[in-house]
Amino acid sequence: MSSDLKDLYQEVVLEHSKRPRNFRVVEGATCTAEGYNPLCGDQLSVTLKMDGDVIRDIGFQGQGCAISKASASLMTGAVKDKTRAEAEALFERVHTLVTEGPEKVDPETLGKLAVLSGVSEFPARVKCASLAWHTLHAALDGRSTSVSTE
Amino acid sequence: MTGPGFDLGRVRGDFPLLRQEVRGRALVYLDSAATGQKPQAVLDALTRYYTHDNANVHRGVHILSERSTQAYEDAREAVRRFLNAKDAREVIFVRGTTEAINLVAATYGRKSVGPGDEVLISAMEHHSNIVPWQMVCDAAGAKLRVIPVDDRGELRLDAVDALLTERTRLLAITHVSNALGSINPIKELVAKAHAKGIPVLVDGAQSVTHFPVDVQDLDCDFFAFSGHKLFGPTGIGVLYGKLAMLESLPPYQGGGDMILSVTMEKTVYNRVPHRFEAGTPDMAGAVGLGAAIRYLEGVGLSAIAQHDQWLLAYATQALEAVPGLKLVGTAPKKTGVLSFTLADVHPHDVGTILDQEGICIRTGHHCAQPLMQRFGVAATVRASLALYNTPEDVDALVKGLHKVREVFA
Repeated sequence: MSSDLKDLYQEVVLEHSKRPRNFRVVEGATCTAEGYNPLCGDQLSVTLKMDGDVIRDIGFQGQGCAISKASASLMTGAVKDKTRAEAEALFERVHTLVTEGPEKVDPETLGKLAVLSGVSEFPARVKCASLAWHTLHAALDGRSTSVSTE
Repeated sequence: MTGPGFDLGRVRGDFPLLRQEVRGRALVYLDSAATGQKPQAVLDALTRYYTHDNANVHRGVHILSERSTQAYEDAREAVRRFLNAKDAREVIFVRGTTEAINLVAATYGRKSVGPGDEVLISAMEHHSNIVPWQMVCDAAGAKLRVIPVDDRGELRLDAVDALLTERTRLLAITHVSNALGSINPIKELVAKAHAKGIPVLVDGAQSVTHFPVDVQDLDCDFFAFSGHKLFGPTGIGVLYGKLAMLESLPPYQGGGDMILSVTMEKTVYNRVPHRFEAGTPDMAGAVGLGAAIRYLEGVGLSAIAQHDQWLLAYATQALEAVPGLKLVGTAPKKTGVLSFTLADVHPHDVGTILDQEGICIRTGHHCAQPLMQRFGVAATVRASLALYNTPEDVDALVKGLHKVREVFA
Protein backbone atom coordinates (compact mmCIF):
# COMPACT_ATOMS: atom_id res chain seq x y z
CA MET A 1 0.00 0.00 0.00
CA SER A 2 1.30 3.47 -0.85
CA SER A 3 2.21 5.70 2.08
CA ASP A 4 -0.50 8.22 1.06
CA LEU A 5 -3.07 5.46 1.20
CA LYS A 6 -1.75 4.34 4.58
CA ASP A 7 -2.11 7.88 5.85
CA LEU A 8 -5.67 8.04 4.57
CA TYR A 9 -6.79 4.72 5.96
CA GLN A 10 -5.02 4.78 9.30
CA GLU A 11 -5.99 2.12 11.82
CA VAL A 12 -8.00 4.60 13.85
CA VAL A 13 -9.96 5.68 10.76
CA LEU A 14 -10.75 2.10 9.80
CA GLU A 15 -11.68 1.25 13.37
CA HIS A 16 -14.05 4.19 13.71
CA SER A 17 -15.63 3.43 10.34
CA LYS A 18 -16.30 -0.15 11.38
CA ARG A 19 -17.51 0.70 14.85
CA PRO A 20 -18.74 4.29 14.74
CA ARG A 21 -19.22 5.94 18.14
CA ASN A 22 -22.47 7.70 19.01
CA PHE A 23 -24.19 6.11 16.02
CA ARG A 24 -27.66 6.89 17.30
CA VAL A 25 -30.39 9.46 17.48
CA VAL A 26 -30.09 11.61 20.62
CA GLU A 27 -33.25 11.41 22.64
CA GLY A 28 -34.85 14.75 23.38
CA ALA A 29 -32.59 16.43 20.84
CA THR A 30 -32.80 20.19 20.70
CA CYS A 31 -31.45 20.52 17.18
CA THR A 32 -30.89 18.33 14.21
CA ALA A 33 -29.71 18.61 10.61
CA GLU A 34 -29.37 16.43 7.53
CA GLY A 35 -26.20 16.37 5.47
CA TYR A 36 -25.97 15.12 1.95
CA ASN A 37 -23.16 14.56 -0.54
CA PRO A 38 -24.77 14.36 -3.99
CA LEU A 39 -21.49 13.17 -5.51
CA CYS A 40 -21.68 9.79 -3.83
CA GLY A 41 -25.15 9.70 -2.35
CA ASP A 42 -23.87 9.80 1.23
CA GLN A 43 -26.41 10.97 3.70
CA LEU A 44 -26.20 11.55 7.41
CA SER A 45 -28.14 13.20 10.17
CA VAL A 46 -26.73 14.82 13.29
CA THR A 47 -28.81 15.23 16.44
CA LEU A 48 -27.74 17.48 19.32
CA LYS A 49 -28.84 18.15 22.84
CA MET A 50 -27.79 21.63 23.83
CA ASP A 51 -27.58 22.82 27.40
CA GLY A 52 -27.46 26.56 26.95
CA ASP A 53 -24.40 27.03 24.82
CA VAL A 54 -22.89 23.63 25.52
CA ILE A 55 -23.27 20.46 23.45
CA ARG A 56 -24.34 17.94 26.10
CA ASP A 57 -25.02 15.05 23.75
CA ILE A 58 -24.53 14.35 20.07
CA GLY A 59 -25.26 11.45 17.78
CA PHE A 60 -25.17 10.74 14.07
CA GLN A 61 -26.78 8.28 11.73
CA GLY A 62 -26.66 7.56 8.04
CA GLN A 63 -24.58 5.89 5.42
CA GLY A 64 -21.29 6.77 3.91
CA CYS A 65 -17.77 5.74 3.11
CA ALA A 66 -15.10 4.92 5.67
CA ILE A 67 -13.80 8.48 5.67
CA SER A 68 -17.17 10.13 6.22
CA LYS A 69 -18.19 7.64 8.91
CA ALA A 70 -14.87 7.89 10.74
CA SER A 71 -14.94 11.67 10.57
CA ALA A 72 -18.49 11.77 11.94
CA SER A 73 -17.64 9.29 14.69
CA LEU A 74 -14.53 11.22 15.75
CA MET A 75 -16.45 14.47 15.58
CA THR A 76 -19.10 13.33 18.03
CA GLY A 77 -16.40 12.43 20.53
CA ALA A 78 -14.53 15.67 20.02
CA VAL A 79 -17.36 18.17 20.39
CA LYS A 80 -19.25 16.64 23.29
CA ASP A 81 -19.27 19.00 26.27
CA LYS A 82 -17.77 21.75 24.13
CA THR A 83 -19.41 25.11 23.64
CA ARG A 84 -20.82 26.11 20.32
CA ALA A 85 -17.87 28.44 19.72
CA GLU A 86 -15.34 25.72 20.61
CA ALA A 87 -17.05 23.27 18.23
CA GLU A 88 -17.06 25.83 15.44
CA ALA A 89 -13.38 26.59 16.03
CA LEU A 90 -12.60 22.87 15.87
CA PHE A 91 -14.50 22.64 12.58
CA GLU A 92 -12.30 25.42 11.20
CA ARG A 93 -9.15 23.55 12.21
CA VAL A 94 -10.39 20.23 10.77
CA HIS A 95 -11.29 21.99 7.55
CA THR A 96 -7.80 23.48 7.31
CA LEU A 97 -6.31 20.06 8.13
CA VAL A 98 -8.16 18.18 5.37
CA THR A 99 -7.82 20.88 2.72
CA GLU A 100 -4.36 22.29 3.37
CA GLY A 101 -2.55 19.53 5.23
CA PRO A 102 -1.26 18.79 8.74
CA GLU A 103 1.56 21.35 8.64
CA LYS A 104 -1.02 24.16 8.64
CA VAL A 105 -2.57 23.13 11.94
CA ASP A 106 -1.09 22.64 15.37
CA PRO A 107 -1.66 18.90 16.05
CA GLU A 108 -1.97 19.58 19.76
CA THR A 109 -5.26 21.40 19.13
CA LEU A 110 -6.75 18.49 17.19
CA GLY A 111 -6.46 15.50 19.48
CA LYS A 112 -7.61 12.27 17.81
CA LEU A 113 -8.92 14.22 14.84
CA ALA A 114 -5.32 14.44 13.62
CA VAL A 115 -5.81 10.99 12.04
CA LEU A 116 -7.81 12.75 9.31
CA SER A 117 -4.60 14.42 8.10
CA GLY A 118 -4.19 11.91 5.24
CA VAL A 119 -7.28 13.29 3.54
CA SER A 120 -5.38 16.38 2.38
CA GLU A 121 -3.53 14.21 -0.16
CA PHE A 122 -6.87 13.10 -1.64
CA PRO A 123 -8.77 16.20 -2.84
CA ALA A 124 -11.68 14.01 -4.02
CA ARG A 125 -12.22 12.89 -0.42
CA VAL A 126 -12.33 16.27 1.32
CA LYS A 127 -16.11 16.40 1.03
CA CYS A 128 -16.38 12.98 2.65
CA ALA A 129 -14.36 14.15 5.63
CA SER A 130 -16.21 17.43 6.05
CA LEU A 131 -19.81 16.29 5.51
CA ALA A 132 -20.50 15.57 9.19
CA TRP A 133 -18.95 18.89 10.19
CA HIS A 134 -21.04 20.90 7.75
CA THR A 135 -24.06 19.10 9.12
CA LEU A 136 -23.05 19.89 12.70
CA HIS A 137 -22.63 23.52 11.68
CA ALA A 138 -26.15 23.55 10.24
CA ALA A 139 -27.58 21.92 13.35
CA LEU A 140 -25.87 24.48 15.61
CA ASP A 141 -27.22 27.22 13.38
CA GLY A 142 -30.69 25.83 13.92
CA ARG A 143 -31.19 25.52 10.21
CA SER A 144 -33.88 23.00 9.48
CA THR A 145 -33.08 22.62 5.78
CA SER A 146 -30.62 19.96 4.70
CA VAL A 147 -27.07 20.88 3.78
CA SER A 148 -25.20 19.70 0.77
CA THR A 149 -21.50 19.54 0.11
CA GLU A 150 -22.07 20.73 -3.46
CA MET B 1 -17.68 -16.01 -27.11
CA THR B 2 -14.41 -15.93 -29.03
CA GLY B 3 -11.87 -13.22 -29.63
CA PRO B 4 -12.37 -9.50 -30.05
CA GLY B 5 -13.03 -9.60 -33.84
CA PHE B 6 -10.31 -7.06 -34.50
CA ASP B 7 -6.64 -6.48 -33.74
CA LEU B 8 -6.99 -5.34 -30.13
CA GLY B 9 -3.35 -4.30 -29.82
CA ARG B 10 -3.67 -2.11 -32.86
CA VAL B 11 -6.93 -0.52 -31.69
CA ARG B 12 -5.34 0.21 -28.32
CA GLY B 13 -2.47 1.87 -30.11
CA ASP B 14 -4.94 4.25 -31.76
CA PHE B 15 -5.72 5.86 -28.38
CA PRO B 16 -2.73 7.94 -27.25
CA LEU B 17 -4.16 8.73 -23.82
CA LEU B 18 -3.99 5.07 -22.87
CA ARG B 19 -0.22 5.05 -23.35
CA GLN B 20 0.63 6.66 -20.04
CA GLU B 21 1.58 5.86 -16.52
CA VAL B 22 -0.37 7.26 -13.62
CA ARG B 23 0.75 7.03 -10.03
CA GLY B 24 3.72 5.01 -11.27
CA ARG B 25 1.63 2.35 -12.98
CA ALA B 26 0.25 1.70 -16.45
CA LEU B 27 -3.11 3.42 -16.74
CA VAL B 28 -6.15 1.13 -16.68
CA TYR B 29 -9.17 3.03 -17.94
CA LEU B 30 -12.48 1.37 -17.08
CA ASP B 31 -14.75 4.42 -17.06
CA SER B 32 -15.84 4.69 -20.67
CA ALA B 33 -19.53 4.78 -19.77
CA ALA B 34 -18.75 8.20 -18.26
CA THR B 35 -16.70 9.35 -21.21
CA GLY B 36 -14.78 7.57 -23.94
CA GLN B 37 -11.15 8.19 -24.86
CA LYS B 38 -10.37 9.67 -28.25
CA PRO B 39 -8.56 7.93 -31.09
CA GLN B 40 -5.77 9.77 -32.91
CA ALA B 41 -8.11 10.12 -35.92
CA VAL B 42 -10.43 12.35 -33.87
CA LEU B 43 -7.59 14.43 -32.46
CA ASP B 44 -6.21 14.88 -35.98
CA ALA B 45 -9.60 15.88 -37.38
CA LEU B 46 -9.95 18.59 -34.72
CA THR B 47 -6.46 19.93 -35.38
CA ARG B 48 -7.00 19.82 -39.14
CA TYR B 49 -10.32 21.64 -38.88
CA TYR B 50 -8.92 24.45 -36.73
CA THR B 51 -5.67 24.62 -38.71
CA HIS B 52 -7.21 24.80 -42.18
CA ASP B 53 -10.97 25.19 -42.34
CA ASN B 54 -12.30 27.12 -39.35
CA ALA B 55 -15.04 29.58 -40.32
CA ASN B 56 -18.69 30.02 -39.45
CA VAL B 57 -21.13 27.72 -41.23
CA HIS B 58 -24.04 28.56 -43.54
CA ARG B 59 -23.12 32.26 -43.56
CA GLY B 60 -19.95 33.31 -45.33
CA VAL B 61 -19.49 33.54 -49.05
CA HIS B 62 -15.80 32.82 -48.72
CA ILE B 63 -13.89 29.64 -49.26
CA LEU B 64 -13.33 28.88 -45.59
CA SER B 65 -17.03 29.10 -44.80
CA GLU B 66 -17.67 26.85 -47.75
CA ARG B 67 -15.20 24.27 -46.43
CA SER B 68 -16.47 24.54 -42.90
CA THR B 69 -20.07 24.13 -44.02
CA GLN B 70 -19.09 21.15 -46.10
CA ALA B 71 -17.25 19.52 -43.19
CA TYR B 72 -20.17 20.17 -40.85
CA GLU B 73 -22.73 18.74 -43.27
CA ASP B 74 -20.44 15.79 -44.04
CA ALA B 75 -20.50 15.02 -40.33
CA ARG B 76 -24.30 15.13 -40.40
CA GLU B 77 -24.23 12.63 -43.23
CA ALA B 78 -21.82 10.41 -41.25
CA VAL B 79 -24.31 10.39 -38.36
CA ARG B 80 -27.18 9.60 -40.74
CA ARG B 81 -25.26 6.60 -42.05
CA PHE B 82 -24.23 5.55 -38.53
CA LEU B 83 -27.85 5.48 -37.31
CA ASN B 84 -29.24 4.40 -40.68
CA ALA B 85 -31.59 7.39 -40.69
CA LYS B 86 -33.52 7.93 -43.88
CA ASP B 87 -32.53 11.52 -44.38
CA ALA B 88 -29.69 13.73 -43.09
CA ARG B 89 -32.28 16.36 -42.17
CA GLU B 90 -33.34 14.00 -39.39
CA VAL B 91 -30.01 14.63 -37.64
CA ILE B 92 -29.88 17.65 -35.33
CA PHE B 93 -26.61 18.63 -33.70
CA VAL B 94 -26.96 19.52 -30.04
CA ARG B 95 -24.57 19.64 -27.07
CA GLY B 96 -25.21 16.08 -25.93
CA THR B 97 -27.81 13.54 -24.90
CA THR B 98 -29.08 15.80 -22.14
CA GLU B 99 -29.73 18.68 -24.50
CA ALA B 100 -31.32 16.35 -27.05
CA ILE B 101 -33.82 15.14 -24.46
CA ASN B 102 -34.44 18.68 -23.24
CA LEU B 103 -35.06 19.74 -26.82
CA VAL B 104 -37.81 17.15 -27.16
CA ALA B 105 -39.19 18.11 -23.76
CA ALA B 106 -39.23 21.81 -24.66
CA THR B 107 -40.85 21.30 -28.06
CA TYR B 108 -42.84 18.08 -28.26
CA GLY B 109 -43.44 18.03 -24.49
CA ARG B 110 -44.71 21.56 -24.31
CA LYS B 111 -46.88 21.09 -27.37
CA SER B 112 -48.38 17.70 -26.65
CA VAL B 113 -48.48 17.10 -22.91
CA GLY B 114 -51.49 18.62 -21.15
CA PRO B 115 -53.32 18.38 -17.84
CA GLY B 116 -54.06 14.78 -16.85
CA ASP B 117 -51.74 13.38 -19.52
CA GLU B 118 -48.94 10.94 -18.78
CA VAL B 119 -45.32 10.53 -19.74
CA LEU B 120 -43.92 7.03 -19.35
CA ILE B 121 -40.28 6.38 -18.46
CA SER B 122 -38.53 3.44 -16.78
CA ALA B 123 -37.01 2.86 -13.36
CA MET B 124 -33.54 2.54 -14.89
CA GLU B 125 -33.35 6.03 -16.38
CA HIS B 126 -30.44 8.36 -15.96
CA HIS B 127 -31.37 11.69 -14.35
CA SER B 128 -31.33 13.39 -17.73
CA ASN B 129 -34.21 11.21 -18.88
CA ILE B 130 -36.15 11.76 -15.65
CA VAL B 131 -35.83 15.41 -14.72
CA PRO B 132 -36.88 16.98 -18.07
CA TRP B 133 -40.06 14.89 -17.98
CA GLN B 134 -40.74 15.81 -14.37
CA MET B 135 -40.42 19.44 -15.46
CA VAL B 136 -42.80 18.91 -18.40
CA CYS B 137 -45.30 17.10 -16.17
CA ASP B 138 -45.10 19.73 -13.42
CA ALA B 139 -45.69 22.54 -15.91
CA ALA B 140 -48.56 20.75 -17.65
CA GLY B 141 -50.25 19.14 -14.66
CA ALA B 142 -49.42 15.75 -16.14
CA LYS B 143 -48.23 12.59 -14.44
CA LEU B 144 -44.91 10.77 -14.72
CA ARG B 145 -45.30 7.01 -14.75
CA VAL B 146 -42.53 4.46 -14.41
CA ILE B 147 -41.96 0.98 -15.84
CA PRO B 148 -40.50 -1.13 -13.00
CA VAL B 149 -37.30 -3.16 -13.13
CA ASP B 150 -36.85 -6.70 -11.77
CA ASP B 151 -34.12 -7.99 -9.47
CA ARG B 152 -31.76 -8.79 -12.32
CA GLY B 153 -32.11 -5.32 -13.75
CA GLU B 154 -34.46 -6.24 -16.56
CA LEU B 155 -37.42 -4.12 -17.52
CA ARG B 156 -40.73 -5.61 -16.36
CA LEU B 157 -42.26 -5.99 -19.80
CA ASP B 158 -45.41 -7.50 -18.31
CA ALA B 159 -46.15 -4.11 -16.76
CA VAL B 160 -45.77 -2.12 -19.96
CA ASP B 161 -49.15 -2.76 -21.58
CA ALA B 162 -51.06 -1.45 -18.58
CA LEU B 163 -48.78 1.58 -18.30
CA LEU B 164 -49.30 2.61 -21.92
CA THR B 165 -52.69 4.28 -21.61
CA GLU B 166 -54.81 6.57 -23.71
CA ARG B 167 -53.34 9.43 -21.69
CA THR B 168 -49.70 8.51 -22.44
CA ARG B 169 -48.19 11.16 -24.68
CA LEU B 170 -44.65 9.78 -24.86
CA LEU B 171 -42.54 6.79 -23.89
CA ALA B 172 -39.03 8.03 -23.07
CA ILE B 173 -36.68 5.16 -22.36
CA THR B 174 -33.03 4.29 -22.30
CA HIS B 175 -31.65 1.79 -24.80
CA VAL B 176 -28.97 0.58 -22.37
CA SER B 177 -28.80 1.30 -18.63
CA ASN B 178 -25.67 3.28 -17.76
CA ALA B 179 -25.62 1.81 -14.25
CA LEU B 180 -26.53 -1.84 -14.98
CA GLY B 181 -25.68 -2.40 -18.63
CA SER B 182 -29.12 -3.96 -19.31
CA ILE B 183 -30.21 -3.72 -22.95
CA ASN B 184 -33.88 -2.88 -23.32
CA PRO B 185 -35.98 -4.49 -26.10
CA ILE B 186 -36.61 -1.17 -27.81
CA LYS B 187 -38.10 -2.59 -31.00
CA GLU B 188 -40.73 -4.47 -29.03
CA LEU B 189 -41.47 -1.45 -26.85
CA VAL B 190 -41.81 0.84 -29.86
CA ALA B 191 -44.26 -1.62 -31.46
CA LYS B 192 -46.33 -1.70 -28.27
CA ALA B 193 -46.34 2.11 -27.98
CA HIS B 194 -47.06 2.70 -31.66
CA ALA B 195 -49.97 0.29 -31.52
CA LYS B 196 -51.54 2.88 -29.23
CA GLY B 197 -50.32 5.86 -31.26
CA ILE B 198 -47.67 6.83 -28.69
CA PRO B 199 -44.31 8.16 -29.90
CA VAL B 200 -41.06 6.88 -28.39
CA LEU B 201 -37.83 8.67 -27.48
CA VAL B 202 -34.78 6.46 -27.01
CA ASP B 203 -31.81 7.57 -24.91
CA GLY B 204 -29.00 5.93 -26.86
CA ALA B 205 -26.07 7.39 -24.94
CA GLN B 206 -24.91 3.96 -23.77
CA SER B 207 -25.93 1.84 -26.73
CA VAL B 208 -24.22 3.43 -29.74
CA THR B 209 -20.84 2.82 -28.13
CA HIS B 210 -21.37 -0.93 -27.88
CA PHE B 211 -23.34 -2.20 -30.87
CA PRO B 212 -24.77 -1.07 -34.24
CA VAL B 213 -28.02 0.89 -34.02
CA ASP B 214 -30.58 1.18 -36.81
CA VAL B 215 -33.25 3.78 -36.08
CA GLN B 216 -35.38 2.64 -39.01
CA ASP B 217 -35.38 -0.90 -37.74
CA LEU B 218 -36.17 0.25 -34.19
CA ASP B 219 -38.80 2.58 -35.66
CA CYS B 220 -38.31 5.01 -32.75
CA ASP B 221 -39.45 8.60 -33.20
CA PHE B 222 -36.48 10.20 -31.43
CA PHE B 223 -33.01 8.91 -30.61
CA ALA B 224 -30.42 10.82 -28.57
CA PHE B 225 -26.70 10.29 -28.03
CA SER B 226 -23.53 12.16 -27.04
CA GLY B 227 -20.32 12.57 -29.01
CA HIS B 228 -17.97 12.30 -26.05
CA LYS B 229 -19.11 8.82 -25.05
CA LEU B 230 -18.74 7.74 -28.67
CA PHE B 231 -15.00 8.52 -28.57
CA GLY B 232 -15.61 11.93 -30.15
CA PRO B 233 -15.26 15.42 -28.65
CA THR B 234 -17.22 16.83 -25.73
CA GLY B 235 -19.94 19.40 -26.28
CA ILE B 236 -21.48 17.74 -29.31
CA GLY B 237 -24.36 15.31 -29.49
CA VAL B 238 -27.21 14.29 -31.70
CA LEU B 239 -30.95 14.25 -31.66
CA TYR B 240 -32.39 12.06 -34.37
CA GLY B 241 -36.07 12.58 -35.10
CA LYS B 242 -38.35 11.28 -37.83
CA LEU B 243 -38.66 14.03 -40.40
CA ALA B 244 -42.42 14.40 -40.20
CA MET B 245 -42.21 14.54 -36.41
CA LEU B 246 -39.49 17.20 -36.45
CA GLU B 247 -41.39 19.27 -38.98
CA SER B 248 -44.45 19.24 -36.75
CA LEU B 249 -42.56 20.66 -33.75
CA PRO B 250 -42.36 24.30 -32.68
CA PRO B 251 -38.91 25.92 -32.60
CA TYR B 252 -36.55 25.26 -29.69
CA GLN B 253 -34.09 28.10 -29.13
CA GLY B 254 -34.40 31.33 -31.11
CA GLY B 255 -31.48 33.01 -32.84
CA GLY B 256 -29.31 33.01 -35.92
CA ASP B 257 -29.52 30.23 -38.49
CA MET B 258 -32.87 28.94 -37.22
CA ILE B 259 -34.69 31.60 -39.25
CA LEU B 260 -35.39 32.34 -42.90
CA SER B 261 -36.36 35.94 -42.38
CA VAL B 262 -36.86 38.25 -39.44
CA THR B 263 -38.76 41.51 -39.27
CA MET B 264 -39.64 43.16 -36.03
CA GLU B 265 -43.19 41.94 -36.62
CA LYS B 266 -42.64 38.38 -37.70
CA THR B 267 -40.07 35.62 -38.08
CA VAL B 268 -40.20 32.85 -40.63
CA TYR B 269 -38.43 29.81 -39.23
CA ASN B 270 -35.86 27.87 -41.14
CA ARG B 271 -36.37 24.32 -42.28
CA VAL B 272 -35.40 21.21 -40.34
CA PRO B 273 -32.70 20.57 -39.11
CA HIS B 274 -31.43 24.19 -39.05
CA ARG B 275 -34.60 25.28 -37.27
CA PHE B 276 -33.30 23.48 -34.19
CA GLU B 277 -29.69 24.67 -34.42
CA ALA B 278 -29.85 28.30 -33.35
CA GLY B 279 -26.58 30.20 -33.16
CA THR B 280 -23.11 29.11 -34.19
CA PRO B 281 -23.01 25.36 -33.69
CA ASP B 282 -20.06 23.34 -32.42
CA MET B 283 -18.57 22.93 -35.86
CA ALA B 284 -15.29 21.38 -34.74
CA GLY B 285 -17.24 19.09 -32.42
CA ALA B 286 -19.39 17.86 -35.30
CA VAL B 287 -16.32 17.31 -37.46
CA GLY B 288 -14.68 15.39 -34.61
CA LEU B 289 -17.81 13.30 -34.12
CA GLY B 290 -17.84 12.52 -37.84
CA ALA B 291 -14.22 11.38 -37.54
CA ALA B 292 -15.08 9.19 -34.54
CA ILE B 293 -17.86 7.52 -36.48
CA ARG B 294 -15.61 6.89 -39.46
CA TYR B 295 -12.99 5.45 -37.10
CA LEU B 296 -15.51 3.08 -35.50
CA GLU B 297 -16.81 2.03 -38.91
CA GLY B 298 -13.21 1.30 -39.86
CA VAL B 299 -12.79 -1.02 -36.87
CA GLY B 300 -16.21 -2.52 -37.58
CA LEU B 301 -19.34 -1.95 -35.50
CA SER B 302 -20.19 -5.64 -35.36
CA ALA B 303 -16.62 -6.51 -34.37
CA ILE B 304 -16.86 -3.93 -31.57
CA ALA B 305 -20.08 -5.57 -30.36
CA GLN B 306 -18.35 -8.96 -30.43
CA HIS B 307 -15.42 -7.61 -28.42
CA ASP B 308 -17.83 -6.12 -25.89
CA GLN B 309 -19.59 -9.44 -25.28
CA TRP B 310 -16.33 -11.39 -25.21
CA LEU B 311 -14.75 -9.10 -22.63
CA LEU B 312 -17.97 -8.81 -20.62
CA ALA B 313 -18.10 -12.61 -20.28
CA TYR B 314 -14.45 -12.68 -19.18
CA ALA B 315 -14.93 -9.84 -16.69
CA THR B 316 -18.15 -11.25 -15.22
CA GLN B 317 -16.45 -14.53 -14.47
CA ALA B 318 -13.34 -12.85 -13.06
CA LEU B 319 -15.31 -10.54 -10.78
CA GLU B 320 -17.67 -13.21 -9.53
CA ALA B 321 -14.63 -15.03 -8.17
CA VAL B 322 -13.76 -12.09 -5.88
CA PRO B 323 -15.02 -12.91 -2.37
CA GLY B 324 -17.74 -10.55 -1.16
CA LEU B 325 -18.36 -9.07 -4.59
CA LYS B 326 -21.97 -8.75 -5.66
CA LEU B 327 -22.90 -7.71 -9.18
CA VAL B 328 -25.82 -5.32 -9.45
CA GLY B 329 -27.44 -5.80 -12.83
CA THR B 330 -27.30 -9.32 -14.17
CA ALA B 331 -29.73 -9.11 -17.06
CA PRO B 332 -29.08 -11.81 -19.67
CA LYS B 333 -28.84 -9.16 -22.34
CA LYS B 334 -26.35 -6.51 -21.32
CA THR B 335 -23.36 -4.52 -22.49
CA GLY B 336 -19.92 -4.23 -20.95
CA VAL B 337 -20.94 -2.51 -17.75
CA LEU B 338 -20.10 -4.16 -14.41
CA SER B 339 -21.73 -2.52 -11.45
CA PHE B 340 -21.00 -4.08 -8.08
CA THR B 341 -20.63 -3.77 -4.37
CA LEU B 342 -17.78 -5.28 -2.36
CA ALA B 343 -18.86 -6.62 1.03
CA ASP B 344 -19.18 -3.73 3.49
CA VAL B 345 -16.63 -1.51 1.78
CA HIS B 346 -18.18 1.70 0.52
CA PRO B 347 -17.72 2.17 -3.26
CA HIS B 348 -16.03 5.50 -2.64
CA ASP B 349 -13.29 3.80 -0.64
CA VAL B 350 -12.93 1.13 -3.35
CA GLY B 351 -12.51 3.93 -5.90
CA THR B 352 -9.74 5.67 -3.97
CA ILE B 353 -7.75 2.48 -3.47
CA LEU B 354 -8.12 1.42 -7.11
CA ASP B 355 -7.06 4.90 -8.18
CA GLN B 356 -3.82 4.41 -6.28
CA GLU B 357 -3.27 1.37 -8.50
CA GLY B 358 -3.77 3.45 -11.63
CA ILE B 359 -7.25 2.05 -12.23
CA CYS B 360 -10.03 4.48 -13.19
CA ILE B 361 -13.53 3.30 -12.36
CA ARG B 362 -16.68 5.16 -11.41
CA THR B 363 -18.23 5.06 -7.97
CA GLY B 364 -21.48 6.58 -6.81
CA HIS B 365 -25.08 6.52 -7.92
CA HIS B 366 -24.23 7.11 -11.59
CA CYS B 367 -26.87 9.85 -11.84
CA ALA B 368 -29.49 7.13 -11.48
CA GLN B 369 -30.52 7.55 -7.84
CA PRO B 370 -34.01 6.02 -8.18
CA LEU B 371 -32.41 2.90 -9.65
CA MET B 372 -29.95 2.67 -6.75
CA GLN B 373 -32.91 2.90 -4.36
CA ARG B 374 -34.57 0.08 -6.29
CA PHE B 375 -31.59 -2.14 -5.55
CA GLY B 376 -31.27 -0.92 -1.97
CA VAL B 377 -27.79 0.53 -2.36
CA ALA B 378 -26.59 4.13 -2.06
CA ALA B 379 -23.90 3.59 -4.62
CA THR B 380 -21.99 1.00 -6.60
CA VAL B 381 -18.58 0.58 -8.15
CA ARG B 382 -18.89 0.60 -11.92
CA ALA B 383 -16.31 -0.72 -14.33
CA SER B 384 -17.31 -0.03 -17.91
CA LEU B 385 -15.64 -1.57 -20.92
CA ALA B 386 -14.89 -0.17 -24.35
CA LEU B 387 -13.29 -1.40 -27.56
CA TYR B 388 -9.78 -0.60 -26.26
CA ASN B 389 -10.07 -2.63 -23.05
CA THR B 390 -8.25 -5.92 -22.65
CA PRO B 391 -8.45 -8.97 -20.39
CA GLU B 392 -5.31 -7.55 -18.71
CA ASP B 393 -7.33 -4.47 -17.69
CA VAL B 394 -9.84 -6.79 -16.05
CA ASP B 395 -7.05 -8.73 -14.33
CA ALA B 396 -5.64 -5.47 -12.96
CA LEU B 397 -9.07 -4.58 -11.61
CA VAL B 398 -9.41 -7.93 -9.87
CA LYS B 399 -5.93 -7.56 -8.37
CA GLY B 400 -6.87 -4.06 -7.19
CA LEU B 401 -10.03 -5.38 -5.56
CA HIS B 402 -7.97 -7.88 -3.59
CA LYS B 403 -5.89 -4.92 -2.33
CA VAL B 404 -9.12 -3.24 -1.22
CA ARG B 405 -10.05 -6.37 0.69
CA GLU B 406 -6.65 -6.36 2.41
CA VAL B 407 -7.01 -2.74 3.54
CA PHE B 408 -10.50 -3.39 4.90
CA ALA B 409 -9.83 -6.90 6.23
